[in-house]
Amino acid sequence: MLQATQTAAALESEVSGFAQELLTFTLGAEEYAIDILKVQEIRGYDAVTTIANAPSFIKGVINLRGTIVPIVDLRIKFAVGVAEYTPFTVVIILNIGGRVVGMVVDAVSDVISLQPEQIRPAPDFASSVDTAYIRGLGALGERMLIVVDIERLMLSSEMALVDEVAN
Amino acid sequence: MAIDMSQFYQVFFEEAAEHLASMEALLLAIDPAAPDTEEVNALFRAAHSIKGSSGTFGFQDMMEVTHILETMLDRVRKGEAPLTDDMVDASLVAGDVLKNLLAAHRGEDEADRAAAEAICHRLEALCRALEAPSAPPPAPAPAARVVSAPVCSTGFDLYFTLSGDSTAAVDGFGHLVDELGSFGLVETLAAPTPANRECHLRIITEVDADTLCGVIDFVADAASVRIEAFGSSADEGEAYGFFDDVLAPVEEAYGLFEPLPEAAGSSGGEAYGFFSDLPVVAEPYGFFTELPSLPGAPAAAVPEETAYGFFEPVAVPAAEPEPASPVEVSPAPVAVAAVAKKPAARPAASDSGSIRVSVEKVDQMINLVGELVITQAMLTQAASNVDPVIFERLINGLAQLERNTRDLQESVMSIRMMPISVVFSRFPRVVRDLSQKLGKQVELKTIGETTEMDKSLVERITDPLTHLVRNSLDHGLETPERRRAAGKPETGTITLSAYHQSGNIVIEVGDDGAGLNRARILAKAKERGMPVTDAMTDQEVWQLIMEPGFSTAEQVTEVSGRGVGMDVVKKNISAMGGRIELDSVTGVGTRITVRLPLTLAILDGMSVGVGKETYIIPLGYVMESMQPERGMMKSVSGVERLIQVRGEYLPVVCLHDVFHIQGAITDWSKGIMVVLEADGQSAALFIDQLIGQHQVVIKSLEANYRRVPGVGGATIMGDGRVALILDVPMLVGMARRVMPAAA
Repeated sequence: MLQATQTAAALESEVSGFAQELLTFTLGAEEYAIDILKVQEIRGYDAVTTIANAPSFIKGVINLRGTIVPIVDLRIKFAVGVAEYTPFTVVIILNIGGRVVGMVVDAVSDVISLQPEQIRPAPDFASSVDTAYIRGLGALGERMLIVVDIERLMLSSEMALVDEVAN
Repeated sequence: MAIDMSQFYQVFFEEAAEHLASMEALLLAIDPAAPDTEEVNALFRAAHSIKGSSGTFGFQDMMEVTHILETMLDRVRKGEAPLTDDMVDASLVAGDVLKNLLAAHRGEDEADRAAAEAICHRLEALCRALEAPSAPPPAPAPAARVVSAPVCSTGFDLYFTLSGDSTAAVDGFGHLVDELGSFGLVETLAAPTPANRECHLRIITEVDADTLCGVIDFVADAASVRIEAFGSSADEGEAYGFFDDVLAPVEEAYGLFEPLPEAAGSSGGEAYGFFSDLPVVAEPYGFFTELPSLPGAPAAAVPEETAYGFFEPVAVPAAEPEPASPVEVSPAPVAVAAVAKKPAARPAASDSGSIRVSVEKVDQMINLVGELVITQAMLTQAASNVDPVIFERLINGLAQLERNTRDLQESVMSIRMMPISVVFSRFPRVVRDLSQKLGKQVELKTIGETTEMDKSLVERITDPLTHLVRNSLDHGLETPERRRAAGKPETGTITLSAYHQSGNIVIEVGDDGAGLNRARILAKAKERGMPVTDAMTDQEVWQLIMEPGFSTAEQVTEVSGRGVGMDVVKKNISAMGGRIELDSVTGVGTRITVRLPLTLAILDGMSVGVGKETYIIPLGYVMESMQPERGMMKSVSGVERLIQVRGEYLPVVCLHDVFHIQGAITDWSKGIMVVLEADGQSAALFIDQLIGQHQVVIKSLEANYRRVPGVGGATIMGDGRVALILDVPMLVGMARRVMPAAA
């Protein structure tokens, strides 16, 4: 609980009273939101080259205009939805501190703007995702948005995307 | 308006570093006994530029050092003092101090104030030493400020009075002379002093009087400028020594003419010996090839004091005119001929059009071109399905696109290529310093400096090469006494050469020293408990010195001998995908050969398939590949893990096991064995099939992901998909540690 309050406070000071633009996407029936400034582009799912001995949620790497970009399937990581790949499967390409990472989601919904007070601290609860990576829960009418600290999540050792030393 | 100077610091740092590098190169090339005026000027200019810009940016410490250096060089430049070895040494040290200060300002190093002060004192002392005997200029000093220049046509006498306040004006005079120097040959006949601001310059140039007037107007009172074409008013016999080593001071030369009044005015008294192919300006200016046939002047009337033979066809030594001796067409003085040829032999300074571009931009371009190549390959593939008759123009267009893209790719890749002279140029200094320290006489020869290699390799090869050169100097070459005893010339030779050979760049460091001592290496190896026998081949013995901690040096010196080194060198070179070889003959010398790939960005690879995956094996590691037969597989403790290839048993690594690939071939006789060799060890890699051989562009997997065991990098195949490049040394090592069970 303490941690959640802290993240909410950090978020508040970060945006300092200004509305924040978030990109929302769905995983199964859940709706998630991430800081839109971390998003580089959105593209379809291409064939990936699998990497040996990688965790199952790391689908492999793709060639994104000459750079090798790892692809993470958040559906597998968060254990929601069905991980199937159709021509409509969407990959959000994120640029986090100079590192480019792609993540597979079910669908991208829209871009919304949330006031800091609309983001409530998430209570501590057991889930497949550590609540440390959840910045808060956004209330948008009836909808509940799970606001994810995507930078922290992607750079965490849990995602196994970066070398341990770099962490 | 306050300007934030810090935004220009980077430019200053780069410029200053460049000037320092050129200064060092010049200092090492210069011969104190016969300095080339052009070189001295270049030195001065470099020091002057550093001083100017460091002053502008407020780097007081750098300015102080360069100021004294500049003062000293200026005196040499003006011919007021001869250049001495001591000065060259001091200037080199000053250069080092400046480099240190520069690094300190960049925040990379600690500034060594003590060294800076010490060099200031040393330079000041040198300057003071110059002051003392300045009254009678030393005899071998250049006779006049003579600057060699290209073929010129007209001479002008320039008379003018400097404008402005006295000290600044005198300063400006120096710049003016430099400026005029770019037009042609300039000779200062009357330099201004703060008291007397009248000047007299003589210039021989191709530009016209108006241009000169324009230049002078900047510093002189317009009214006082008087420009006279040369020869029209020249009423005295004057000799112009256009080469720096004219041995006779000008005053003397003038004197020689005075007793010849009739020759001066009328006939052939003025001997302007320029270049042999210079068009004859006026009839009396003879002295080119055949002295006796001077037009308008009987040969007898021209005593050869007036003959200044600065060129080979002209014979009379300039230094010692003997009034009585007849004109002789004898070989020109050797020294003169040599000096005259020297500037021609040296290539023109390479300050030709080049631009500074950040490596990032170039890499981005390389990436984009790589993309283009892939797109082009995709188009070609798509077009292969259409009817070639109907779409003839499309197919022709695609063929042209393919050619153009390939050319584009090649030229873009060549941007990253740098001549190896960038690395080699640092060695004269290393050798000079080290040979002095060790009391050895060494000559450094460099061959193939224009050989080009990738910039990233250039950066990474510098340290290992420096180590090899130091090693050669310290361990390879003997002291002069020992060399004499061995019947060799006292001066040892270290040869650095670079050349291309079958897609590799080969760098050799050779010396004519004592060579490696086989017995001593073996003894040392036994002492260290290494598994050695006397039956080992020379090659195997030499490889021992690249083992960690191995040193045969009798004593640990400051330079080397601690036994850390060759193993590090070997490791660095292997990390670059290169190999190192040693050849040595006792008493004759040692040669170390380093072979590197041309670039780190491209690799020759063999693509292989396992299951649905495609992997690239760097071709350099592949020895052979074969389809194994049942009988070749040998089992140990019930598991087939060895393959017998021509009498040798090699461990087998199954790629599908290592990478856990589904659907791969598990039957030995249906797959392919690729024999790999890395770090002197061999192993066989079991795969499904060979696909082909490609040149692949290496991409980093770690940029966005992390290191993957067994994978060295990634590349993009022709169809746009990513293929992983195998880390062969690791896979081979894996064969020794974890033996995967055969399926």
